[in-house]
Amino acid sequence: MKEPKQLSVSAIQNGTVIDHVPAKNLFKVIQILGLDKIDTQITFGTNLESKKLGKKAIIKISGVYFEDEDINRIALVAPDAKLNIIRDYEVVEKKVVVVPDSITGIAKCMNPKCITNFEHVTTKFRVVSKINVALKCHYCEKITNQENLHII
Amino acid sequence: MKKRSLVSIDDFSTEEILKILDLTAEFEKEPTQKLLEGKVIATLFFEPSTRTRLSFESAINRLGGKIIGFSDASNSSVSKGETLNDTIRTVSNYCDLIVMRHPIEGSARFASEISKVPIINAGDGANQHPSQTLLDLYSIKKTQGTLENLNIFMVGDLKYGRTVHSLMMAMSRWKATFNFISPEELKMPDEFKLYLDNLGLKYYEHNDFTDIVSKADIIYMTRVQKERFSDPIEYEKVKNIYVLRDSMLKNTKDNMRILHPLPRVNEIHQDVDENPKAYYFEQALNGVYTRQSILCYLLGIK
Repeated sequence: MKEPKQLSVSAIQNGTVIDHVPAKNLFKVIQILGLDKIDTQITFGTNLESKKLGKKAIIKISGVYFEDEDINRIALVAPDAKLNIIRDYEVVEKKVVVVPDSITGIAKCMNPKCITNFEHVTTKFRVVSKINVALKCHYCEKITNQENLHII
Repeated sequence: MKKRSLVSIDDFSTEEILKILDLTAEFEKEPTQKLLEGKVIATLFFEPSTRTRLSFESAINRLGGKIIGFSDASNSSVSKGETLNDTIRTVSNYCDLIVMRHPIEGSARFASEISKVPIINAGDGANQHPSQTLLDLYSIKKTQGTLENLNIFMVGDLKYGRTVHSLMMAMSRWKATFNFISPEELKMPDEFKLYLDNLGLKYYEHNDFTDIVSKADIIYMTRVQKERFSDPIEYEKVKNIYVLRDSMLKNTKDNMRILHPLPRVNEIHQDVDENPKAYYFEQALNGVYTRQSILCYLLGIK
């Protein structure tokens, strides 16, 4: 019997692996981190089995390391994400994503009557709940919760 | 002096609120003081609100200030498509303070961030209307002698009523007990009940007036508006339940006072007006003194 052909999402030599991304938010993570605009090699797998998330995605980005501040921006869509920092094929550091206390930009206020949906105003939120993410708009003071969260 | 605006009641500390209320009492004693002589105040009403505008303009006039502005966006450059950003940046060159009312929520906060002069939010959509809250607090303090440990009844539209939400949040600073009387469809939203739960404050919900009103220190009435109901039959069923009549006030406490942000439609029967417990017109008068005190406080005059 022939060995089944296997496409290996190969290990990277240097860079960042982002694991435990909810499969449905993979492309949001890509968008928030601007991965669609960088020119190093990126591989990702999605709809992988995960006991915790049901279906998860994993992203491997060659030659790129993120600042904490940047990586925490994905906390809204991938709160359980784990990062492995790879140097010379070895995991040299593990990081988790931390939901920041405030969010500027990124999210859209769900209130259709909010000024941020009428004029050019950068959205700003205070994070009022970090478990089931809930954001309080700095402007209209309404709460945008996880289900209604749209990434700009 | 650092520019200070009043957008939301939470912008003021408890100390500041009490300071405003003390100042308000001074203006009540002596309403005509030329403290704004030589100042220009803009009143920008992007949506009409005659009562609020007249109250502010009366306050400014009694202080000797001059007023520029508009009472309706259709009379202004907004109708030509000017953004709020541009209106505020322009008008803040012409005046010492801006009072603004705008239908979009968060507009006043945004304006306060781009304006060179202080902003007073005179209502931003369903969001905040802090001068109303302050005048309510003043009316409560004046009639009850204190803000501590009062039993506040709120009646009518508790779901969409901006004034009741702000007042409830503000009164929670002084350990109030709340009774909410409203139709099922217009109940106090969970987020506000959660807020009280977190503070450990007591509240009770009722669907109609009961003997419990005999416990009230303050009855705060609001309008139940037909357009708030998804089912018009529901409105017809409840519209007369939330009408306060003189006969219902027999067993209420002597210190009890009835407040209403006005305008009233039919939720307080006219037979209540002559009852000494009816306080809503005095409340409106207190609004002028309260606005005098807010203006002077923000301009650093008092």
